[in-house]
Amino acid sequence: MIAQLTRAERHVGFYLAICLTFLGLTMAAAGNHDPMGVHGFIALGLGIVLIFAVGGTLEDPEPDPSRLQRYYDDPTKAAVVLAMVWGIVAMGVGLWIASLMVWPDATFGQAWSSFGRLRPVHTTGVIFAFGGNALMATSFHVMQRTCRTRLADQLSPWCVLIGYNLFLVWAVTGYLMGVTQSKEYAEPEWYADLWLVIVWVAYLVLYLRTLRLRAEPHIYFANWYYLAFLVVVAMLHIVNGLAIPVSFAGAKSYPYFSGVQDAMVQWWYGHNAVAFFMTSGFLGMLYYFLPIRAQRPIYSYRLSIISFWGITFFYLWVGSHHLHYTALPIWVQNLGMTFSVMLLVPSWASAGNAIATLNGAWHRVRDDATLRFMFVAAVFYGLSTFEGSFLAIRPVNALSHYTDWTVGHVHSGALGWLAMVTFGAFYSMVPLVWGKPAMYSARLIEWHFWLALTGLLVYVVSLWNAGITQGLMWRTYNAAGTLNYSFIDSMEAMRPYYIARVLGGALFLAGICVGAVNIWLTIRTARDVAHDRPLAPQAAE
Amino acid sequence: MPLLKGHYNLEKHSIGLVIGIILAASVGGLVEIVPLFTINETVETLPDMRVYTPLELAGRNIYIREGCYACHSQMIRTLRDEVERYGPYSLAAESQYDHPMLWGSKRTGPDLARIGGKYSDAWHVAHLTNPRSVVPTSIMPAYPWLATTDLEVDDLGAHLRVLRELGVPYTDAMIANAPHDAIAQALPDSPAAAGVVERYGQKTTIRRFSGASTVTEMDAVVAYLQVLGQLTQAPYAKGDALDEVSQ
Repeated sequence: MIAQLTRAERHVGFYLAICLTFLGLTMAAAGNHDPMGVHGFIALGLGIVLIFAVGGTLEDPEPDPSRLQRYYDDPTKAAVVLAMVWGIVAMGVGLWIASLMVWPDATFGQAWSSFGRLRPVHTTGVIFAFGGNALMATSFHVMQRTCRTRLADQLSPWCVLIGYNLFLVWAVTGYLMGVTQSKEYAEPEWYADLWLVIVWVAYLVLYLRTLRLRAEPHIYFANWYYLAFLVVVAMLHIVNGLAIPVSFAGAKSYPYFSGVQDAMVQWWYGHNAVAFFMTSGFLGMLYYFLPIRAQRPIYSYRLSIISFWGITFFYLWVGSHHLHYTALPIWVQNLGMTFSVMLLVPSWASAGNAIATLNGAWHRVRDDATLRFMFVAAVFYGLSTFEGSFLAIRPVNALSHYTDWTVGHVHSGALGWLAMVTFGAFYSMVPLVWGKPAMYSARLIEWHFWLALTGLLVYVVSLWNAGITQGLMWRTYNAAGTLNYSFIDSMEAMRPYYIARVLGGALFLAGICVGAVNIWLTIRTARDVAHDRPLAPQAAE
Repeated sequence: MPLLKGHYNLEKHSIGLVIGIILAASVGGLVEIVPLFTINETVETLPDMRVYTPLELAGRNIYIREGCYACHSQMIRTLRDEVERYGPYSLAAESQYDHPMLWGSKRTGPDLARIGGKYSDAWHVAHLTNPRSVVPTSIMPAYPWLATTDLEVDDLGAHLRVLRELGVPYTDAMIANAPHDAIAQALPDSPAAAGVVERYGQKTTIRRFSGASTVTEMDAVVAYLQVLGQLTQAPYAKGDALDEVSQ
């Protein structure tokens, strides 16, 4: 992989590795009595490995110029493997913490393994590690094919990918050591946040430079979604991450905002992490891979314009629906509710556009599990966004908020939409970038599909039941006019649902393991380039 | 259609798309967030609202470290059943010094906004050490290491200083004495204990929260739990809070 870099790129990479090593050394020295020091050593180790990996090849000959006739897929390949590894780890941790809800003593008395520390490992692992690496893999792939150009250079995709995964390692190891800002889905501390800003800007710049080199006059609309994902996530991350560290020698910081303003900023961030990380980027994935796999053009260009700008405009208003009936002023709650309901229009326009694209290709949905993954993803995208708008209505939220219904809702989005579309995209993309006619085994894809779908349904149905039961028990009055159930009554009632949730999660995890084996069997043998799409425009036959 | 034609041209300009995305995505946040800083009624003025003592702040940081907020909310909504179960609904002012707020989003366990004073210190110590010793069907993790880990107090002055920069009214004396005050609040017999009352008010509780003779993380966490809902008495004095409850 390093041999593909030009000599100039190898030199720059070498100096960047030295910079990373010094950064790690500085952090390790400054934070020697603090978890930040451990993170310094991780960066130091990574820097030294990179120095040796790149340093040994500095004076090697220039790579074969024929590489410029092909798309640059090495970072995509690495990101696919990373996404699958992170996915298995993160879902495995999810299964563990689901088990802790049934068998609370399965922490073995260790601080790092208690629910509160493992839970962000699961959420960060699935959303940002599995999802984030999948987004990088597919965005590198899609932008090259839709722009009919190579990535703008070969070094910056590696900087983005390695930098982002260093952020992830800092994040999850930090949680285990108790390093957290406690802001849900934005837990990493100040230095990791700053590092992510650098990585993210490099990612955006790479994307824009590649778009500039495009051989197609129009920017295909999958790229709009990837752009929205890149730009808005940066906005959200910077505002929500504002904090002052107690000392530059330690991890602890205090967020800039407090109380009600902090709550509003946090859920403005939190809900738009859902919108622009878990939705926008994955819609980009869907709108490229679904039409290709179905061999049908997108149903409606106008619908895609409406849905894109609708999502980009409406979503930023809806965060306050996480704060109904709280100390947040009611006018903000009402705005959040109103826009949440309106959001259903662009959301269903997106889902409908994808499903209508399958008209004329339903036989492929029946026969091809890869396409079926993406079809189910579009269906669950539609269902989850409907459920989201419904739960955002104040009186509904009065029942559902704080219960497992919310957790079920998130998983119908994360498993049903995010993971399903990722698997569909990976099964379409992996044979292409590794130069194979098809995945190793179509039967294993079928197995994965049915395991994932069964697991997903068991999971969400059990948590719908759990959440509604909880919400009703909390507000049940008896004939004497007093509350009928103690809190512990409602918790004991959850046990059967929590056991069912463990089962559903285990099935889903088994599915991704089958998928990882299938991908591994596909990619372990040498490349055959004949199957990829051409880089240069081809004359009509 | 001219609008469609305009979009057709926009699709040829990546920077145009980026600017369009930034504009479209900025409106919602500006309209909903900025007025929260400018409209005075957003946060009530409560004269008796006090700040966390260094010991309580250290306990709060342990609460954050252990991820307690993942299962416990600290926000009682304006709903009849919540007020009857947990106490008066939460006011915005009660978390005005909370960097970050810990309102939470999930109640695997009960809300803790008004847990202070509801149980004895000894109950909390037993519960944190092994929840199932006092609540047999509890699914809360056990935190036995809290009682065996000495509390780190040396840098608490720096913590208070940062919070003051962010607008929390800590005085110079509070910052200078933070480490001493943290220890003294858990050692009522020590000569420094009077200073804690002097700086943080008569209502400050000074006792051996963990029951042990050394100051551990258990003291800090229990001190924090016992002050939740007790930083101000205003919510309890509002008369019949249920009158204002919707539903």
